[in-house]
Amino acid sequence: MSTGITETETEEEQTEAVGAARAAGESAYQQARMEKKEIDEANREARRQAREAVENADRTVELKVFRYDPEVPEKEEPRFDSFPVPFSKGMTVLDALMWARDHYDSSLTFRHSCRQAVCGSDALFVNGKQRLGCKTQVADLAEQGVPSTVRIEPLPHAEVVKDLVVDMEHFYDQMESVEPYFQDEDTPDGLNEQRQSRENREKIKMSTRCIWCGACMSSCNIAAGDNQYLGPAAINKAYRFAMDEREGEDLTEHRLNIIEQEHGVWRCQTQFSCTEVCPKDIPLTEHIQALKREAVKKNLKFW
Amino acid sequence: MHEHDVIVVGGGGAGLRAAIAAHEEGADVAIVTKLHPVRSHTGAAEGGINAALRDGDDWTDHAYDTMKGSDYLGDAPAIETLCQDSPGETIQLEHWGMPFSREDDGRVSQRPFGGLSFPRTTYAGAETGHHLLHTMYEQVVKRGITVYDEYYVANLAVTDHPDPEDRECHGCIAYDIKSGDLTAFKATGGVILATGGDGQAFDHTTNAVANTGDGPAMAYRAGVPMEDPEFVQFHPTTLPSTGVLISEGVRGEGGILYNSEGERFMFERGYANNDGELASRDVVSRAELTEVNEGRGIEDEYVYLDMRHLGEERIVDRLENILHLAEDFEGVDGLEEPMPVKPGQHYHMGGIETNENGETCVSGLYAAGECACVSVHGSNRLGGNALPELIVFGARAGYHAAGRDMGEAQIQTGPSAAIEHETDLDTPVSPGALDRPDPDVAADGGAVTADPDAVVESALETERERVETLMERDGINHAEIRADLQDAMTQWVNVFREKEGLQKALEAIRECRERYQNVAVADPSRTFNTDLIHTIETRNLIDVAETITLGALARDEFRGAHWRAEHQERDDEHWLKHTMIAWNDGSPDLYYTDVILEGQDKAYEPKIRSY
Ligand SMILES: Cc1cc2nc3c(=O)[nH]c(=O)nc-3n(C[C@H](O)[C@H](O)[C@H](O)COP(=O)(O)OP(=O)(O)OC[C@H]3O[C@@H](n4cnc5c(N)ncnc54)[C@H](O)[C@@H]3O)c2cc1C
Ligand code: SF4
Ligand code: FES
Repeated sequence: MSTGITETETEEEQTEAVGAARAAGESAYQQARMEKKEIDEANREARRQAREAVENADRTVELKVFRYDPEVPEKEEPRFDSFPVPFSKGMTVLDALMWARDHYDSSLTFRHSCRQAVCGSDALFVNGKQRLGCKTQVADLAEQGVPSTVRIEPLPHAEVVKDLVVDMEHFYDQMESVEPYFQDEDTPDGLNEQRQSRENREKIKMSTRCIWCGACMSSCNIAAGDNQYLGPAAINKAYRFAMDEREGEDLTEHRLNIIEQEHGVWRCQTQFSCTEVCPKDIPLTEHIQALKREAVKKNLKFW
Repeated sequence: MHEHDVIVVGGGGAGLRAAIAAHEEGADVAIVTKLHPVRSHTGAAEGGINAALRDGDDWTDHAYDTMKGSDYLGDAPAIETLCQDSPGETIQLEHWGMPFSREDDGRVSQRPFGGLSFPRTTYAGAETGHHLLHTMYEQVVKRGITVYDEYYVANLAVTDHPDPEDRECHGCIAYDIKSGDLTAFKATGGVILATGGDGQAFDHTTNAVANTGDGPAMAYRAGVPMEDPEFVQFHPTTLPSTGVLISEGVRGEGGILYNSEGERFMFERGYANNDGELASRDVVSRAELTEVNEGRGIEDEYVYLDMRHLGEERIVDRLENILHLAEDFEGVDGLEEPMPVKPGQHYHMGGIETNENGETCVSGLYAAGECACVSVHGSNRLGGNALPELIVFGARAGYHAAGRDMGEAQIQTGPSAAIEHETDLDTPVSPGALDRPDPDVAADGGAVTADPDAVVESALETERERVETLMERDGINHAEIRADLQDAMTQWVNVFREKEGLQKALEAIRECRERYQNVAVADPSRTFNTDLIHTIETRNLIDVAETITLGALARDEFRGAHWRAEHQERDDEHWLKHTMIAWNDGSPDLYYTDVILEGQDKAYEPKIRSY
C-alpha cells in the first residue's frame, strides 16, 4: 500500500524543475536548486518522522480507508488504502484519519469541523456502522482491547463525491420538504414571549437535537429502496414542529398532511436502524410512530 | 459571475442574522459559506445569551458589567448598543420558535454567568448555540434566501487605492469546493464578513477545525486594520485531551473547582474571594495555571471541576450535554467523578475593526460576529456576550448593507482615527513581508478603477494565478507549517506571556511565513480539494498569528486576558487605547486609537477590577 511518495519520484521531478530553471537562466537555476533541496529535505524529514512515530508507538491501528476520485486516473477505480497510525488512548476515528492525512497523503478527503459531535459533518461508515468519526473512540472498536483494523467507508446509499465525502443534496432536499421552520400564527408584541410549558419543551426536546448528519437516512432500508421517502431525519423535524404547542391547530393539521403523503410516515416499517445509529440518541422510530398515531386520530389518509 | 445586492460570507450565527436582516430590508442577499450553515461553529456554543429581560434587571446594568468585564477597553457606544438591542433580538429568536429552556410559568429561563450582576443568561439546555443556529437557518429556508454552501471564499475584490479609506469592496472570489470551479461574486450593496473565530492558530482550542481566521486575514490584507488582536480569551474549563469545552454554565449552576490537595482554590488561595469560580474567565484561567505551575495540579496538567453535588436531576435538566461531552471525549462520568479541566484558547476579542453598523474603513466591506471587533469585549469577553453580539451586530450590518439608515456611527474607523504611531518596537525579526516577493504574501486587491466588474475580474485573475502556482509546483505540505505555528503560539502567546517568549514566537511565525513560500498542494484533483483549501487557510493563520503576537509584544501592561510577566499592572495612563495593526503591503504598521468611555448618558470611570 502507498504510504507517501517514493523518493525516486521526487528526484525525477526535481530534475525536471531544475531543467526548466536552467533554461531560464543561471541564477534562477541556482535559486531553484536551493529551493528544491530545501523542499526535498523538508518532505523527507516529514516522512521520516511519520515512520518513526509508527515504529516507536506501543500500539498502532491500521486504518483501511475507502478511496475514490473520479478525476484522478489512479483513483477512478474505488479501492482501499491502509494507513498505520500510532494509537493513543482517547484517540477518535477522526483523530486517526487526520493523522493519516497529515502524515501520509494530503489528498485523503473527508468532512470534519467541530470535533465534538455538534456539526454533523463527519458521519461515516465505520466497521460497518454509521457513526460520527469524532464521537467514536478507536479503543471502543477494538477486539479484546487491542485496536487492530478500522475500516472506514463513506455513508452507504449516497453518491460518493470523493473518498469519504458523499453528496448531501438529497438529504437536504428531504429536510426542506417538510417546511422545517416555525410558523407562528399570532406572535405576541414586543418583548412578550410565547409561553411554552416545561412539559411541552420536554416533549420536543430530543427532536430538536438533530445535527443533520445523515446517519439515520443512510442506515434506513426503506430510504435505500424508495428515493422519495422523507426519511427519519425529515420526519423527526416535522415532529419537532407538529408537537410544539406554540404552533396553532391549523398548522399542525397542515404539517400532518405533509408527512402523511405517499412517501411519508407510513413507509416506515419500524426497523429501528435509524434510532440505533443516531449519534444524538433521538428516539426516531418512536417519533415516527407518534406521528402515525396523530394521523389516525385526525383520520388522515392511510397509504 | 454571480451578482447580488448583499453577499454574506459565512453561515454561522452572525452571517445568518445578517442575511435575514438584509432580506427583511428588501435586498437580494446570498450567503456564501465554506460549511453548510448548520455545520458552523456557533452550533457548539453551550452556555447562553445575555439579555436584560426581567424585572430588576436593566440594559444599563448589563452595559456596566460588560464595561467592567472588558477592563475598560470596550467602546461605550458599542457596548450600550449590544445591551439595548439584545433583549429584542433574543425575544425575536423566541418568536422564531427557538426551544429555550422554560420556567414554570412558561417564560424563558435565565441563569447566572461569570462577571454578571444579575442572572441574565438566557439558554436552551447546555446547547444554546445549536438551537440558535438551527432556528436562524430555518428562517433562512423559510425566506428562500440563496445559500451557496461549500463555497470557500479566498479573496476579496477591493480597489487598490493607496489609502484604505478610499478603497471599495465590490465582491469576493470563491471556490465551489465540490467542483473546484473558481467563482466571482459581485455585490452591489456590500460584502459582510461573518467568518467566525481563528482558534486554529493555537493547538489547544475549543474551536472547530474550520475556524482559521479567513475573514480577518482577507480584510487585513485588503487594508482594514486588526483591532486589539493581542486579546485572546482562554477558557478555564476545557477537557485536557481534546480542548472540548465544558460550559461556564456548570459553574453558573454551582460547580466547583479544586486542586490536587482538595482545596477550593478560587477562595482558599484568594484568587477571587467574592466570586470564586464565577470570577471572570481570565482570572480563573490564570488561577488554574498557577495551581498547576506551583505543583498543585493533577498530573501536572489540570484541575478538577466538580458538579456531583448539584444532583442528577438538576444536572440532567440543565447540563445534560456536559455529561455527554465528558463521557464521549474524556471517558469521565460527571455524575460520579469530577471532570478534569484546563484552560484552552476559546475566543478572539480582537478582529476586523468595525463601527456599530458593522462597517469597516473600506466602503462596502462589513464584518460581524467573532471575526469582527466592534469593541464590545475589550480585553476580556464575559461569557454569554458573544451570542448577543452575533444577533445584534449581525442584524445591524445586514440592515446597513441593505440600505437602511442606521444613524451616524459614533465609532470612527480607519487610519484617520489614529492618535499615535509606534515606531521603535523591539522585534527580533522585521515581521511581515519578505524580500523575496511572492504573490502569496503580497497584498490582495484589484486595480484602481471605477468599474466594479473590472475589480472583480482582476481579483478572480489573481486567485486563479495563485491556485495554479500552488497546484503545479512541488513543495512542502502546509500541515507541517500549521503544526509548527500552533505549537509556537501555544508555547509563547498563551495565558502567561513574556517579552522573550513573544519575540521567539515572532521568529517562529516568520519562519513559517518563509517556509510557506514553498508550500504546494499535492492533491491534483479539482473535486473537493481539501488539501488546497487547508493550504490557503494556513496562510491566513500565519497573518492572524502575527498580528496577535505583535500586538501582545507592543502592549507592555497587564489588562484583561493579556498578562505580561514584566508588567503586572493595568496602566491606564499609557494604555487606555486600542491597538491597530495595518497590513501596509505586508509590513505591519502599528498605531493606536482612543477608547470611547463616554456612553449615552454617562461616562464609565475605569475602576479596579475585583471579583
Ligand atoms: C465551544 C464554544 C462554546 C461557546 N459558548 C458560548 C456561549 O455559551 N455564549 C456565548 O455568548 N458565546 C459562546 N461562544 C462563542 C460564540 O459561540 C462564537 O463566538 C460565535 O458562535 C461565532 O459565531 P460566528 O457567526 O461569528 O462564526 P461561526 O459560527 O464560526 O461561523 C463562521 C461561518 O463562516 C464560514 N466561513 C469561514 N471562513 C470562510 C471562508 N473562507 N469562506 C466562506 N465561508 C467561510 C463558516 O462556514 C461558517 O459558516 C462559544 C464558543 C465556543 C467555541
Ligand atoms: S436524526 Fe440523528 S442520525 Fe438522523 S440526521 Fe439527525 S442527528 Fe443524524
Ligand atoms: S466533526 Fe463535527 S460532528 Fe464530528
